[in-house]
Amino acid sequence: MIALNWFLIVSAILFAIGVIGVLTRKNAIVVFMCVELMLSAVNISLVAFSSYMGDVHGQIMVFFILCVAAAEAAVGLAIVIAIFRNSFTADISKINLLRW
Amino acid sequence: MEILNDILAYLPATIIAFGALVVMMLDGFKADSRKVYLASMVFLGAALIISVYDLINADHQLIFSDMAAVGGTAAFGTFIVVFGAFFTVILTHDYLIGVKHNFPEVYPLLMFCTVGMIVLASANSMVTIFIGLETMSICLYALAGIVRDKRMGVESALKYFVIGAFSTGFFIYGITLIYGATGSFDLATIAEYRDGGMIFWGGVSLLLVAFFFKVSAVPFHMWTPDVYQGAPTTITAFMATAGKTASFIGLLLVLSRALPYWVDDWSAAIAVIAIITMVFGNLVAMVQDNVKRMLAYSSIAHAGYVLVGLAAGTTAGYSAVMYYLFAYTLMNVGAFGIVAYYEKSQDVLFNDVKGYAGLGFQYPIMGVLLSIFLFSLAGIPPFAGFFGKYMVFAAAIDAGFLGLAIVGVLASAASVYYYLRVMVYLYMKEPAAGEEVTLVTPKAVYVVSLAFLAGLTIYFGLIPSHITDLIFSFFDTGFYAVN
Repeated sequence: MIALNWFLIVSAILFAIGVIGVLTRKNAIVVFMCVELMLSAVNISLVAFSSYMGDVHGQIMVFFILCVAAAEAAVGLAIVIAIFRNSFTADISKINLLRW
Repeated sequence: MEILNDILAYLPATIIAFGALVVMMLDGFKADSRKVYLASMVFLGAALIISVYDLINADHQLIFSDMAAVGGTAAFGTFIVVFGAFFTVILTHDYLIGVKHNFPEVYPLLMFCTVGMIVLASANSMVTIFIGLETMSICLYALAGIVRDKRMGVESALKYFVIGAFSTGFFIYGITLIYGATGSFDLATIAEYRDGGMIFWGGVSLLLVAFFFKVSAVPFHMWTPDVYQGAPTTITAFMATAGKTASFIGLLLVLSRALPYWVDDWSAAIAVIAIITMVFGNLVAMVQDNVKRMLAYSSIAHAGYVLVGLAAGTTAGYSAVMYYLFAYTLMNVGAFGIVAYYEKSQDVLFNDVKGYAGLGFQYPIMGVLLSIFLFSLAGIPPFAGFFGKYMVFAAAIDAGFLGLAIVGVLASAASVYYYLRVMVYLYMKEPAAGEEVTLVTPKAVYVVSLAFLAGLTIYFGLIPSHITDLIFSFFDTGFYAVN
């Protein structure tokens, strides 16, 4: 049986890739994919914890997270389409009407 | 039939959720926007009455297999949220007609959002906190961009969405690590955990970071001014009051119910964040010319004052936070409501403080109401905002955070400058030649609801004991009793 640590490490690495992607990428769609990567990375940890503790709550939580990710995808893509119709770009460095 | 009992105990949320579906169907069958508006007012009004009844009468109990709570702080949170939603809907109807973007789908979204806030404010488990927070946030992303042919509104929605989804990632990673360390999502079970350890503290810090994003504490505040400025003004009022209230009550639940054993550790961290937030929010608000943006930075500063109460980590501190959130809802819905009214007379971009020159004398009632709300935000007696600040700082001093309270009082004194600046423009400046603004006649319902909010601001400032006695009773005995 694979030790719990390996799952946690994979999950942490994927999460970090997601965070770095959100912070560095310019395209709104790619940023959005990186957010989804963060959520999925967490699911790996959750399932691993749940399985090792023999407690089913964690795996039920995964379904909630998947639902939320789907709802976020629907709203997020709609917002990206709306902004593309307004300004013909999905490049977040060019979306700069509001700043201090 | 336990489930029926639970649904009855959870009636405000049930009514609003059902009502939102009805309102959505009405919208789908092309009812005119006035009918949709009236239907949503009926459901929200019923929920408001029941939540007031619950607030006074309901005993504390856990429902839905200990996933949610009713009575006590949960009832108070529900009340503030439904109250905020009720007045937001009144103002939104008028505002959207005024700016000629009347989308009836705004009402079901507002109601679903309210359900999410109620779930969050009455949660008793990490799962319900997560579901409530996300229901609220996803509706708010859509609401921020509801005027979808205005580039600024859509841009603010995108910024809100990216930052919000990013913080959701931190939030669930935090929950997951806490679950891994303690073996439970239940707040009471997490409270029994005593071992500490890297996984547990990693989880707690990620969770706190996510909450700081949601309540816009510095240094996680970057989205707040942009989103508050770009979103339709009455929606901004909703985000800034009900949304922030729900997030703060969620944070309060996690701190007071799940982590009471570690109070010394987290209160130091929150004290530091509170100081930075108060100082930064107030300093930057001073240089803003745009009134909406000024109110956004002032809302960051107010988040700092609330964090002072949380940092105290005592019963007095939590009660102060509860009172502050209520007072803040009263005065900020009012202030944004009047900004929305001024915008309606010109266009959506009419926010510059210089444009307000001389407006106080046209329809004097609106100028007077705005002055009341701004005085209250500045914390000048006898308004509710003053007593809220007093309670928060008194709790901090009792808990031994003297420095924190001093910084808070100084920051609050500095904040008077930028609130009074708006009033100086309203009453003491003449508009530049050719830039006179003629205000539209305000609707009676608009004026009456704003005057009602102003009345409550004065009433709870003069006689705060009516509501503080109630709040103290939540924490004195029984379930939520601290220490």
